[in-house]
Amino acid sequence: MTYNPIVRQRGVRHRTGRIFIYLCLGLIAAVYLLPFLVVALTSLKDLEEIRDGSILSLPKAPTFEPWRQAWSGACVGLECSGLKGFFANSLMMIVPAVVVSTAMGAINGFALTRWTFRGSNFVFALLLFGVFIPFQIILIPMARSLGALGIANTMVGLITVHVVYGIPFTTLFFRNYFISLPSELVKAAKVDGAGFYQTFFRVVLPISIPCIVVAVIWQFTNIWNDFIFGTTFTSGGNVPVTVALNNIVNTTTGVKTYNIDMASVVITALPTLAIYVFAGKYFLRGLMAGSVKG
Amino acid sequence: MSMFQTSSQTVLPRRQVLDGAGLRGWFAKYASQVAVSPSIAIVLIAVYGFMVWTGVVSFTASKMLPNYNFVGFDQYVRLWSNPIWRIAVSNIFTFGLLFISISTLVGLALAILIDQRIRIEGFFRTIYLYPMALSFIVTGTAWKWILNPGLGIERLVHLWGWESFRFDWLINPQYAIYTLVIAGVWQSSGFVMALFLAALRGIDEDIIKAARLDGANGIAVYRRIIIPQLGPTFLTVLVILTQQAVKSFDLVVALTAGGPGNSTHLPATFMYTQTFGRDQMAVGAASAVMIFMTVAAIVVPYLYSDLRNQRDDV
Amino acid sequence: MSIRNLIVATGLLLSTSSLALADEPNVEVMHYWTSGSEAAGLDVLKTLLEKEGVKWADSPVAGGTGMNMVQVLRARIASDTAPAAAQMHAQQVQAWAAEDVLADLSDVAQKDDWASVIAPELVPLITSNGKYVAVPVNVHRSNWLWYNKKVFDNAGLQPPTSWEEFNAVSDKLLAAGVTPLALGGQPWQELDLFESAVLGLGGPDFYRQAILQLDEKALQSDTMVKVFDQLRKMNKYVDSNYPGRDWNLATQMLIKGEAAMQIMGDWAKGELALANMQPNVDYGCVPAPGTKGSYVWLTDNFGFFVTKDPNKQAGQTAMASAILDKGFQEAFNLKKGSIPSRIDVSMDKFDFCGKAAYADRAEAQKSEKSLPSLAHNAAADATKTGVFLDVVSTFFETPSVTSKQAIDQLVAGLKSAQ
Repeated sequence: MTYNPIVRQRGVRHRTGRIFIYLCLGLIAAVYLLPFLVVALTSLKDLEEIRDGSILSLPKAPTFEPWRQAWSGACVGLECSGLKGFFANSLMMIVPAVVVSTAMGAINGFALTRWTFRGSNFVFALLLFGVFIPFQIILIPMARSLGALGIANTMVGLITVHVVYGIPFTTLFFRNYFISLPSELVKAAKVDGAGFYQTFFRVVLPISIPCIVVAVIWQFTNIWNDFIFGTTFTSGGNVPVTVALNNIVNTTTGVKTYNIDMASVVITALPTLAIYVFAGKYFLRGLMAGSVKG
Repeated sequence: MSMFQTSSQTVLPRRQVLDGAGLRGWFAKYASQVAVSPSIAIVLIAVYGFMVWTGVVSFTASKMLPNYNFVGFDQYVRLWSNPIWRIAVSNIFTFGLLFISISTLVGLALAILIDQRIRIEGFFRTIYLYPMALSFIVTGTAWKWILNPGLGIERLVHLWGWESFRFDWLINPQYAIYTLVIAGVWQSSGFVMALFLAALRGIDEDIIKAARLDGANGIAVYRRIIIPQLGPTFLTVLVILTQQAVKSFDLVVALTAGGPGNSTHLPATFMYTQTFGRDQMAVGAASAVMIFMTVAAIVVPYLYSDLRNQRDDV
Repeated sequence: MSIRNLIVATGLLLSTSSLALADEPNVEVMHYWTSGSEAAGLDVLKTLLEKEGVKWADSPVAGGTGMNMVQVLRARIASDTAPAAAQMHAQQVQAWAAEDVLADLSDVAQKDDWASVIAPELVPLITSNGKYVAVPVNVHRSNWLWYNKKVFDNAGLQPPTSWEEFNAVSDKLLAAGVTPLALGGQPWQELDLFESAVLGLGGPDFYRQAILQLDEKALQSDTMVKVFDQLRKMNKYVDSNYPGRDWNLATQMLIKGEAAMQIMGDWAKGELALANMQPNVDYGCVPAPGTKGSYVWLTDNFGFFVTKDPNKQAGQTAMASAILDKGFQEAFNLKKGSIPSRIDVSMDKFDFCGKAAYADRAEAQKSEKSLPSLAHNAAADATKTGVFLDVVSTFFETPSVTSKQAIDQLVAGLKSAQ
C-alpha cells in the first residue's frame, strides 16, 4: 500500500526468508479470517444444508434470501420488518455520541497537556480510571440517574451514557497525542496573546486530524458494537441494531434459523468492517502520529 | 486533592467577580480548569459516585432492587463461600495473564513480520485488524461452531484423514478457559499489532543502520535495539489489554456461558448472574467491589509512576 | 440557520421516548419471546387487543434464558419508567409482588371469574396477600420423555417407565450404536434431568420435601444419593459433545436418529413439527421415567406494573382479560406447544401429546401430583434455584465430584441462600 514511503533499511532479503515470512503471514491471515468466513458462508446456505454440511463447505446453491430476510423480513419480537429500521436508530445515535465524546476528549487532552494547571496530572488519572469500569456494574445507578434527569428510556439518554463512558478513552488518546506535539506551537500562540479556545481551535485542532481519526474510529467501533447500554437504556422501536440483532439471533424455546442469523450478523457488522477496510491506514497513521503512545 | 487546591486559589475579591471584565478575566485565567470541569463532574458521578453506591449496596440485604437494610459484611462472607466466585477469581488471573501476554507477543510478532517491507501490507493489516471491528455478539456463534469438536476444527481435521486428532477444549471443564484466551487474542492482537507497527515505524533508522554496520544480525537488532525502544508502547498495550481483560463479558456469554460445569465464569459474568439471575444484588455488588479493588491495586501504582515521570518531562 | 434547525429537529426526534403513545389505551409489553412460534403466539394477543382499540408497544429483550430481560426490567423500574406489562415465571411474580410494584388485578379477576377457570395449582403463585397480581398465559410440562419411534422399533425396545428401565434401555441403545439421551449441557437442561430424577426415584412426596420445603433430611437422604448416582450414570448415556449445546440442537439429534430420547419440556414439539415429525407416528411422548401420574408444570405469566396513567391502566386491564380469553388460550398454546392455563378450553385442535398433557394435568390435580418445576422458576426463588443450578451442573460435568460431595455443597449453598 501507499503507506510509508521511507525506504526501510531493515527487512529480510534472502529469498527463503521472504518466502517464510509470506507463508507465516498468509497462514495467520487464514486463521484470522476463519470466523468471518464461517459467518459469511452460512449466511448463503439454506437451513437444510446448514444442518447436514460442514461449516466451511461452500454453499451448493448460494442464496441471498437470508440477507433479504435479515434486512427487511426477520422478526424482532412481534415486528417482522428486519434490521433496516434499527440500522437507522444506530446511525442517529452514533453520530452525536461520537462527535460529543471526541470533542470533549480533545478539549480535555489539550487542557491537561498544553494548558496545564496544578493537579492536571491528578485529574488525568482520575479520568483514566474510568476505562476500567465493567459496564455491568453501573447499570442500575445509571438507570436511576437517567430517570432523575428525565431522559430514561430515550435515545438522548443512551447517547449521554455513551458520551460519559467514552470520555476517559478519548481523553487518553488526545492527551497522549498532544504530549508528543512540540510545546513551542502553543507557547508561541500564548505569547501572541491567544486565549485557551483560540489556541485550541486555531493552532491545535488543525494539526490533530490523525488523533481525531483514531478517537473517532475507536468510539465508533465501541458504540456501534455496544449491546448492554442499548438494551438497558432504550426499548421497543428505539433500540440500536445490535439489540435487534440479539433479538433475532437469541431464542429461548423456539426454532433457530441460522442462515438469517448469520446474514443479520454480517449486516450489523458492515459499518465497522467498512471503516477498518477503508480507513485502516488512516487509523495506523493516527497511531503513528502518537495518539496512543504511553 | 490538588485539583481542589487549585480552585481554592481562585477566590477573588467580590467586586472583581461582579465586574464583567473581571469575570471574563477569571474565565480566561482558569479556562483550562473550566474546560475540563464538565468531564470531571461527569466522571466523579458516573464512575466514582457509582462505585461508592455499589460499595454501599454491598453492605445491605438488597435482592431484586436496592434497599438499605444494612447487614455488615454478610454479603462478603456469602461471596467468598461461593465456590463459583472462587473459580471466577482464579479464572481471571489465568485468563488475564495468558490473554495479555499472548496478545502482546502475537501482536508484536505480527508487527515485526509486517514491517519487513512486504508487498500487500495493507491487505494483511486489514485482515489482522478486522476482528477488532466485531463484537462477540456478532461472532459468538461462529466461534462456538469452530471450537465445537463435532462441527469445527476437530471434525475438519478428521475429514482430512487425521482421525485421532483431538481439539475439544470448549467442552472440557479443565481447558475451556483457554478457548476464551484464543478468541480474546484473536480479537485484540490486531490492535496490538497496529500499536507496535506504529511504534516500529517511528524508530530512528540511523541507530539501526549503525548497529548493522557493527555487524549485528536481524534478530540481534530487534532484541537489543528495537524492542527496548518500544517501552512506552508496551505500557499502552498493557493498559488497553488489562482494561479488556477486566471487562471480558461478551466473550464468556457468547462462547461458554460460564460452562461447562461453571468452569469458565469470570468476575464480570459472576457479578451479572448474581445480580440479575439470582436476585442477589448485594452479593453482586460485593463482587463488584472486589473487582474495583483489584483494578485499583494494579492500575494506581502504574498511573502513579507513569505520571510522576511525565511531570519531569513537561 | 438551517444547521441550527437541523440540530433542533434531531434533538426533538431523539428525545421522543418510544413510549410516547397516543392518547388511547395502550400497553408496552416486555417479553423474551422473540423466536418464530413464540412470537407468533403473542401476535395473536396483539391482534386481539388492537381490535379492542388498545395499542401494543413491543419491547422484546432476548437472551440468557430470560436473564437479559430481568436486567432491563430492573433498570426500567429503577429509572421509574416501568413497562405496562412484563413476562415472568411463577416465582418471579412472587418476587416482584414482594417489591410492591405489581398492580392489583382483583377487579378483572372477579369480573372474569378467574378463581374457577385458572388451573388451581397456579393460583397461589399469581396471587399475593389474596390479590391477583399476574395472569398465566400457558402451562408447560417439563417431565416429558421424547423418543424417536423408528430407533426404538429398530432396536425392539419400549420407552422406559422407570429409571431402572431407562438404564437398561440405554445400555441396549449404546450397544446398538445409538446415543441414548440427547442432552444440551446447559445448567437448566441438566436441572431438568435432576428434577425428573428426583421425582422418578423419590416420588411426589419426596419431591415436595426436597425441592419445595428444602428439608435437610430429605436432601441428605439415601434417595438423594441415588438421584445424583443416576445423573452420574447418565454421563455415559450422552454423547461426548454435549456441553453448552442448545436444547434445539439436542432435539435435532433425536430427529436424525443419532439419539433415541430427550427429556425436555413440550416446547420441543415446535422443533419436531418443523422437521415434519408426527406425534405418535415418528416420535412418542411419555412421562419422564418413573413420573407417570405426576405433572411437573411451569408457567409464563404477565405481571402489570403500577401506573397512574388511566390509558395505561385501561390497556393493562384489557390485556389481563384478553390473556384468559378462551380463543386466545387455544390459539396461543397451539403455537407454543403448551396447554391452556384455563381448565375449560376445548382441546380438539391439539395434537396427541397436547391432549395427553391436558388429561394428565387433570388427573394429577385430583391425585395431588401436580408439582411446580424447579428448573423453570416455579418451585423456588431465584437464589435457591441458583444453588441447585450451580451444584447440579458442576456435578454433571465434573466426574471427580461424588454424590455425597454434591449433596454437601447443596446443603451448604442453600443455607447461605436463606
